[in-house]
Amino acid sequence: MESLLSTKDLAVGYNRKILINGINISLEKGKILTLIGPNGAGKSTVLKTITRQLQSVSGNIFIGSQLINNIPGKDFARQTAVVLTERIHPELMTCAELVAMGRYPYTNIFGSLSEHDKSVVTSSLERVHALDLAEKDFSTLSDGQRQRIMLARAICQEPEIIVLDEPTAYLDIRYKIELLSILRDMTREQGTAVVMSLHEIDLAMKISDEILCLDGERITAYGSPDMIYSSHEIERLFDLQSGSYNLLFGSVELPKTEGKPEVFVIAGNGKGTPLFRKLQRQGIPFAAGILFENDVDCQTADVLSIEVVKTPAFHPISDDVIRKAAEIISGCRYVLDAGTDYGTFSRAKNILLDHAEKNGIPIMDKLKGTN
Amino acid sequence: MIEKQGRFVLVMAFLVFLLFAGLVINANTGTVSIPAADVFRMTFEGLRLHITDLFTAGKYKSELDSVINADTSSQILFRIRLPRVFLAALLGGALSVSGYLLQVFFRNPIAGPFVLGISSGAKMVVGIALIFLIPHSAVNGSFSLMIASFIGSLLITMLVLLFSQKVKSMSMLLVVGIMVGYICSAVTDFCITFANDHDVINLTNWSMGSFSGANWEQVRTALRICIPGFLASFLLSKPVSAYLLSEAYAASMGVPVKAFRIVLLLVSSMLSACVTAIAGPISFVGIAVPHIARILLKSSKPNNLIPTVFLSGAVFCIFCDLIARTLFSPVELKIGTVTSVFGAPIVIYLMIKRHSGEKK
Repeated sequence: MESLLSTKDLAVGYNRKILINGINISLEKGKILTLIGPNGAGKSTVLKTITRQLQSVSGNIFIGSQLINNIPGKDFARQTAVVLTERIHPELMTCAELVAMGRYPYTNIFGSLSEHDKSVVTSSLERVHALDLAEKDFSTLSDGQRQRIMLARAICQEPEIIVLDEPTAYLDIRYKIELLSILRDMTREQGTAVVMSLHEIDLAMKISDEILCLDGERITAYGSPDMIYSSHEIERLFDLQSGSYNLLFGSVELPKTEGKPEVFVIAGNGKGTPLFRKLQRQGIPFAAGILFENDVDCQTADVLSIEVVKTPAFHPISDDVIRKAAEIISGCRYVLDAGTDYGTFSRAKNILLDHAEKNGIPIMDKLKGTN
Repeated sequence: MIEKQGRFVLVMAFLVFLLFAGLVINANTGTVSIPAADVFRMTFEGLRLHITDLFTAGKYKSELDSVINADTSSQILFRIRLPRVFLAALLGGALSVSGYLLQVFFRNPIAGPFVLGISSGAKMVVGIALIFLIPHSAVNGSFSLMIASFIGSLLITMLVLLFSQKVKSMSMLLVVGIMVGYICSAVTDFCITFANDHDVINLTNWSMGSFSGANWEQVRTALRICIPGFLASFLLSKPVSAYLLSEAYAASMGVPVKAFRIVLLLVSSMLSACVTAIAGPISFVGIAVPHIARILLKSSKPNNLIPTVFLSGAVFCIFCDLIARTLFSPVELKIGTVTSVFGAPIVIYLMIKRHSGEKK
């Protein structure tokens, strides 16, 4: 498939000084490209350059086979629309009027709207589920509503490419998901291509077809979310402690408490995770077990505990593993029972509890407020 | 949308009615009061003869003269009141549109030619021209005044533009404008100190800001500048609407932003320069009227707002002028005295409203 937007050896920056170079991207119809990277990585600079708000330092940008600098302003506006980070404050302007502004490159010198223009305004508002806001004054809207209207304005421009600079900033999680779903539907149904920057890496991994990682100096990775995921590029890019950011789920854990384990948590079936986090908050180093490798507790214990006793999923727990867990318990001051009970696990758990009792290690079934 | 268009028509009709009423009231009020019926009859007769005169290459000139010079009241009407009320209407409209364009340009609701020091700049250059240049040159006085005023307006607009890139806050820009205005006044005063008495009287009369002494020649000059200026503003209404969002959004929709900004400033300066050259600096009309128009229209759609601003400005000025010349008749107030009384409170209101809005 022919690429809609592509760059060749593009270098971007301010005042002829290169910030990032060697940008070679190619985006097809209906695809979403997301730029991720820490603050100040140059995401906005790249977006501004491909929308011609900023002159490129060197290299070329193409829409189809045309160099963007050769496209007249009005035609460019029919191909590319933007949603910017800056917040606008138009006075006495209804949402319908604002969205209708998207018809700018199509209307005559007086800006009068034809029947067709009006129907595009309506359908754009429909696309962002904001038809009910049409006659409302823009300045009275909430951030989430405003962002949807700004997106509708961009859609109303009927571009082939929509460029959004951090469209989810200021939005609460519900609106983030709503906005991104609208984008996904739009690309799928209308074939519009989307280029945007996002701060939410987890959402970026889920919505994007392609991801471009920047670190303020260069492009560190470019490819499908799967590729980015398996390359561990994200941890490197954001300088994250290994595992503290779970990319698969997008969950974040704070750094673990180091030291010799004081508590052994008998966890499993997800019941351990809240306890792990509580122990982390109170600054108590702990060990955890016996966890099946496919257990969610295993994911969090990997990040938060000093030691994890693991066992392969869908297999009975071997005596070796139980012995290993018992050894760690001997070195702990408390055993914490998260209350997991089922099948073969109960047998192992009972062995461990017996072991603790014999050795005079107190067993608790819930964590006290303070130690 | 339809409802808003209806409101626009309604507001325009209302303003046209006020304008018409204002014209009649202005024409028949004064030390010599002329009955409204006479005003209608004489104006109609004069207009008819003037038009026939135009189309017949001057054949009706003597008849026209006889209508104009029929008696004292006809002379007062044709030689004093009609040119004055037309001039007030035209210049009021021009000043208001000029202020509106500045507000768009600076994205600042309290921008206007007077508060930003632009009128004072025009006054300064006109003063310099009146004192040092015009007495020694053979060029037509009113024309060179116009040019001087335009240069002054443009010069100060550029200066304020330069400062506006440093100060982002609305109130700071206002302070800068007022200071620039003071500097210009100081320079003007300095020039006056070294000028001879005759020129000073000229300058003082002019700088008071007044429509008194208006004549048909001035009306013609004003028409030649204000009408094209107004049409240009109206043609700019589409890019203005995009620019209202933001500069970057305007550019993304295909507005050639740099050229647009230059044209906007030129048109605005041309309009305010025309007013300053003919009637002197007039305060607060440029700020207040666009807001009155917005409130009337309940919309900021430029293609509706610009004509509304023009008409509101015309109405505002003819009534202010009526007050200026009749309130303490036969003593006449400066037009600026009256416009300030009505205009300044609007600015204060806007500042307070804006300030509480910023805190949110």
